[in-house]
Amino acid sequence: MLGKFTLGAAAAVLIGATALPAAAQDSIYVPLLTYRTGPFAGSGIPIADGMHDYLRMLNERDGGIGGVKLTIEECETGYDTKKGVECYESIKGKNPAVVNPYSTGITLQLIPKAAVDKIPMLSMAYGLSPSADGNHFPWIFNPPVTYWDGASVFIKYVAEKEGGMDKLKGKKIALLHLDAPYGKEPIPLLEALSKELGFQLILYPVAAQDMQNQGAIWLNVRRDRPDWIYLQGWGAMNPTAVKEAVRNGFPIGKVVGVWWAGGDDDARAGGEQAKGYKSLDFHAVGTDFGVIKDVQKHVIDKGLSKYPKDKVGDNLYNRGIYNSMLVAEAIRTAQAVTGKKVVNGEDVRKGLEALNITEARLKEMGMEGFAAPVKVSCEDHNGHHKVFVAEWDGTKWVKASDWMEPMKDKVRPLIEAGAKDYAEKNTGWPKRSEPCAKQS
Amino acid sequence: MFYREAGQYKTSYAADMAVFPLRQDRIGLAIIIAAAYGLAFTKNDFLLQAVMIPFLVFSLAAIGLNLLTGYAGLLSLGTGGFMGVGAYACYKLMTAFPEVNVLIWILTSGFFAAGIGVLFGLPSLRIKGFYLAVATLAAQFFLQWAFNRVPWLVNYNVSGAIEAPLRTLFGVPIMGPTATPEVRYLVVLTLVIFLTWIASNIVRGRIGREWMAIRDMDIAAELMGIKLLPTKLLAFAVSSYYCGVAGAMLVFLWYGGAEYTVFDINQSFFTLFMIIIGGLGSLIGSFFGAALIYMMPIGLGMLLPAILAPFGLSIGSETIEHLRFLIVGALIIFFLIVEPHGLARLWQIGKQKLRVWPFPY
Repeated sequence: MLGKFTLGAAAAVLIGATALPAAAQDSIYVPLLTYRTGPFAGSGIPIADGMHDYLRMLNERDGGIGGVKLTIEECETGYDTKKGVECYESIKGKNPAVVNPYSTGITLQLIPKAAVDKIPMLSMAYGLSPSADGNHFPWIFNPPVTYWDGASVFIKYVAEKEGGMDKLKGKKIALLHLDAPYGKEPIPLLEALSKELGFQLILYPVAAQDMQNQGAIWLNVRRDRPDWIYLQGWGAMNPTAVKEAVRNGFPIGKVVGVWWAGGDDDARAGGEQAKGYKSLDFHAVGTDFGVIKDVQKHVIDKGLSKYPKDKVGDNLYNRGIYNSMLVAEAIRTAQAVTGKKVVNGEDVRKGLEALNITEARLKEMGMEGFAAPVKVSCEDHNGHHKVFVAEWDGTKWVKASDWMEPMKDKVRPLIEAGAKDYAEKNTGWPKRSEPCAKQS
Repeated sequence: MFYREAGQYKTSYAADMAVFPLRQDRIGLAIIIAAAYGLAFTKNDFLLQAVMIPFLVFSLAAIGLNLLTGYAGLLSLGTGGFMGVGAYACYKLMTAFPEVNVLIWILTSGFFAAGIGVLFGLPSLRIKGFYLAVATLAAQFFLQWAFNRVPWLVNYNVSGAIEAPLRTLFGVPIMGPTATPEVRYLVVLTLVIFLTWIASNIVRGRIGREWMAIRDMDIAAELMGIKLLPTKLLAFAVSSYYCGVAGAMLVFLWYGGAEYTVFDINQSFFTLFMIIIGGLGSLIGSFFGAALIYMMPIGLGMLLPAILAPFGLSIGSETIEHLRFLIVGALIIFFLIVEPHGLARLWQIGKQKLRVWPFPY
């Protein structure tokens, strides 16, 4: 009896709760899939707060975008695919403008659904690299760079330090990566480059359950003595890798992390000796930008944020800001392209395809020097933009190189081949039917 | 009063041996099944996609584990791995032979899981209890490693994921991105009802009784002439078959695609908790357990803001998440204290009480 009753009650509640009318359509609904709980919360919290605070700032300062308020709602995923899909199901009826899954696992689940539900998905510099091909993935966007671009910039940087591409011959370059789809992403590109440039590629996979137990792997590192290490890790794996590099006396200046390995806490774990640890990045850190000042003034100082005041400007917090900036600019562009004020998912898809954040626009937003210009087109949903190498100086990240162009000529063919492969394996993958919107 | 068998005479052996000897039970079951099918027409995508489909899939996995742990008394922590075998086998079969109907492949993929289950069940003749749990844990880790490390299993996909291609039944898409939740729900529901019916017949027949004999005392069972090895291996095979089918349904009829992390050790624990809470050695308990472990957190996530809103309290999604954990944990302990034999036992007691109500003496 009890079972029947609770089941009935639960079902009644669920039906009631989901049948509630979606928020009245005089605002734009922006759901944020975030994770403030679980094993990856350490990385998830600054990103979640950064994303939230920038959108909130737009609401407070400008009254939204183009005069339309944004309804911001967070859904907790715990970085868990099951909960992420549940979150997606609960928000998709409320007319979301764009979805940010913030997990490669969740992104992979949602890619086929995006086209069916007519909801664009922004997986900013994560997710499936081939989804940068707009001809096959009209609803998926992953600007400003893919993992393949990142790996190519790493090789360029190494070449620069070693004194030219021809000097790479015979060098040993290692990839220390999480043994999961995310960590394995750069392998095809690095393999292609190692053949071409003649360096030796060594792979060190770290299983997810051994993230904090890398002793055995670093024994191999000591034996193989690679010249450079590229770190493609996430969560607890990164600080552990930095700590192990310090402990094993590996020159920390020759460890370069992907942008997700560039958290302040990742580097801080290595202590004083982590000075010189490097990571790729596509936005600046710190608070010396108009946009961050505005966030502080309108959100942080008013107590509207959950983020600790003194940590504003951290790398991952700023990444959240950057992510929301892309969302906001896509909505703004969508308004310009369609002429509508209250835009829906289909409009924002057009907006994302016409996205063109110029130097002038960055200046207007108070982001001069914070990020590089971003341009997306119908074919190229990524743009393969410039990134730079940041270096940990013991207390904060500082820029250690110029903005570097990825090897687009190497990356793009791989992307197109990957996208074609994906579409072929998924029989019945829809052909692109969405017309290309005009640039505004 | 309403639930009394007075006047219902059993006039044949068949009637006496029926699964549901009481008319009220049969009517109740018919109503539940009709209601379950009726849900498909509510057009509530969230209810179907995020609540009912996963609930049914997990129920089937729980039935699978219950056959092994609850009926045959063999503790297993390899459920996640066996589910994965089903999913990956289904993927390989589906992509290799696209012309065969996918329902056949879903049901066939279970046999691959059964084969792997038998292989890892071999040690069960010599080891029992916690030691067997450790042996099956090895299956879990090995299989998870294989899903990640053997690119052949994912057809050399760069992202290492398996995805559901478009497949149809009578011209209606039942798999892939364009399949509606209603259709997928109906497919899942039909498969789960069919397999539950088979399971209920297995456990009531000779095989099930052999399993229970082994569970209760294996030496006595052996003395009675039950061959331990084949019977235990059969338990592993049938259990893994159910888990494999559940895994294939999980990926292809619910998620639409998956990476190997879906089948990690957490999935094994998740299923084990379901059968412990629901009731070991009970099919209906598998459903109760899946409902409690899977549906209750979702219900709470929706209920809590609704309760707190009138008081002007708005809480963040992460606080709800923490509260969910707290409340679900507390409820699990509560249910286990009130009834250590699980919800199924509670259900039985309730039924017994109703039978004599309102004159309990």
